[in-house]
Amino acid sequence: MGAEFVQISLTPILIGIFAAVACALPGNFLILRRQALIGDAISHVVLPGIVVAFLVTGTVAALPMLIGAAGAALLAVVLIEAVRRLGRIEPGAAMGVVFTTLFAAGVLLLERTDTASVHLDVQHALMGNLESLVWLEATGWRSLMDPAALAALPEELGRIAVVCAAMIVLTAVFWRWLTITTFDEAFARALGIPAAAVGLGLVIAAAVAAVAAFEAVGSIIVIAMFICPPAAARLMTERLDRQVLWSVAFAALSAVLGYVLAGYGPLWLGARHAVSAAGMIATVSGVILALACLYGPHRARVGAGRDAG
Amino acid sequence: MQPTLTVAAEDGRPVAPAAPPAEAALVLRGLTVSYGESAAVFSVDATFPAGAMSAIVGPNGAGKSTLLKAALGVVPRVSGEVTVFGTPLASARDRIAYVPQRASVDWDFPTRVRDVVEMGLYREAGLFGRLSGARARRVAQCLDRVGMADFADRQIGQLSGGQQQRVFLARALAQEAELYLLDEPFAGVDAATERAIVEVLAALRSEGRSIVAVHHDLATVRDYFDHVLLLNVRRVAEGPVATAFTAETLEAAYGGRLSTSHVGEILPAGGRA
Repeated sequence: MGAEFVQISLTPILIGIFAAVACALPGNFLILRRQALIGDAISHVVLPGIVVAFLVTGTVAALPMLIGAAGAALLAVVLIEAVRRLGRIEPGAAMGVVFTTLFAAGVLLLERTDTASVHLDVQHALMGNLESLVWLEATGWRSLMDPAALAALPEELGRIAVVCAAMIVLTAVFWRWLTITTFDEAFARALGIPAAAVGLGLVIAAAVAAVAAFEAVGSIIVIAMFICPPAAARLMTERLDRQVLWSVAFAALSAVLGYVLAGYGPLWLGARHAVSAAGMIATVSGVILALACLYGPHRARVGAGRDAG
Repeated sequence: MQPTLTVAAEDGRPVAPAAPPAEAALVLRGLTVSYGESAAVFSVDATFPAGAMSAIVGPNGAGKSTLLKAALGVVPRVSGEVTVFGTPLASARDRIAYVPQRASVDWDFPTRVRDVVEMGLYREAGLFGRLSGARARRVAQCLDRVGMADFADRQIGQLSGGQQQRVFLARALAQEAELYLLDEPFAGVDAATERAIVEVLAALRSEGRSIVAVHHDLATVRDYFDHVLLLNVRRVAEGPVATAFTAETLEAAYGGRLSTSHVGEILPAGGRA
C-alpha cells in the first residue's frame, strides 16, 4: 500500500466509491416508488444530449458534453413526469416511451449530421474509463498534504465527490419528505408536503448522479448501482434508515472489491491482463444481490405484492 | 361562510341552506373534479356539522373517495370552494387528519408500526423536529388507543388487514386534529377491528371532534352516523340520517342497483315512506 497504490489505485477506487454511493442513495427511493428503471432511461438519454452538445460547440471537451448530457437527462425527467401525470399511466411505461424516443432521436441526429464521423466510443460509454483516472503526480500518502500534487488530481474525482456529498446532504435534509411521500403520497399531500415537487426533485437528483457517474465510470455502473445495492439492502432489514445505510455499505464494497478483482483476479487465474473495473464493480454488486436473495434475513416478504395480509 | 355563499349564488345554481358557521366542520360549495373528460364529482354542495359523525355514501364510481381527496387538496379540483371551520383549507391543515384507503399504500414498505404513526407528527415536528421524549410517548398512547401497543416494532407487512387499518387510525390520532376524514375505514377489516374503530371514533365525537367517513356498508349507516351525504357524482341528498337516508334517496342514488328487499334490510323501521 505504498506510493504505487496512491498513484494508480487510490483515485479510481475513490471515484468508484463516490459514483456507487451517489447512485445507490436515490436508488433506494426509486426502487420503493417502482421507478428504478430511471437509471436505465437516463443512461440512454445521454446520447442525444452529447450529440447536440457537439453540434453546438464543435468540440468533444468534457464540460460541454457534461452539460449536454445533464440537459438531456433533465429534459427526459420532465417528459417522463409529464407523460406519467397527463397520461395517468404507470412510471415504467412513461419511461419506456420517453427514453426510447430520445435515444432514437440521438441516433437519428448522429446519422443525419456530420457527427457520424466523430469517434463515439461505445466501449467507453458502457464501461467508462476508471483505470485511466490515475494520480501520477502523487509520490506517496504524503501527497495528500501537497497542494501541487492535489491540484493534479483527476477532475472527475472532484465532480463525483461533490455530487456524492450533495446526495448525502439531500437525503438527510429531506428524509421525512422522501419517506412520507414514498410510503403514502395522498397522506403527504394532505399534510401539505409538496409531493409532486419531492418526486420531481428525486428524479432530477438521480439524473445528476447518473450523469456525473456516467462520465467517470460509464453507464453499466450507473444502471447497476441504482438497483443492486438498494435491492440487496432491502433484503437485509425492515427499516428504511437501515436499508439506506446497508445500500451505502454494499455500494462501497462493490466499488472496492470490484476494482481489486478486476485488477488482480485475472492474474490469480493465470491470465495476463486485467479486466474492466467498471464491469467488475457491476458484477460484484450483482453477486451481492444474489447472495442477499439467497441468505438475506428479510427476503420472504419482498414481492408479496400490494395489500398483502 | 358568507362570501363563499355569494360566489356560489352568482353561478346561478341553487345554494343549499347554510348551517350556522360555528356548527360546520367542513363546507363544500360547487365542488367539481374531473378525471380526463368526464366529471368524477360534479358541483357538489355539502355541509358536514361539527362534533358529529358524517358518512359519505353512494354506489361504486360515485366519486366518494375523490370528493374526500378533493376536499383535502390531495387531487386538484376543477372548481368549487372548501371551507374548514370557517377558514380556507390552506390555513386549516393543522386541524385536519386524513386516513386514506388501506389498499392505497404498499404494506411491504420497509417501516415499522411506530414509524408510520410518527408520520402523524409531521405538521408539528417539521423536517427536523425530534420525535423522542414526549412525542414518542404520544405515539405509544395512540397505538394503545387502537389496541396496537404490542405491535410498535413490527414491520407493517406482518399485520393483518384490520391491524393495518388500526395503525392508520393511530397515525390520524397522533395528529390531534379537530376534523377526521376517513376513506373506507371499515373496508376489509374483521369484526373486532370494526368495533374498536367505531369506539375510537365515538370517543373522538364525544370530545367534540368532527368525523367524515366514506362508508360502503349501508346496513350500518343508521347505527354509526348522525349525518349523511348521498352521492352519485352529483349530490343526491344530504342531512341528518333520519331524514336524508330514506328509500327514496337510496333509490335516487343507486338507481336499480338496490333491490326492494335489500332496502328493507337497510331501513327496517321508519325510513320507508
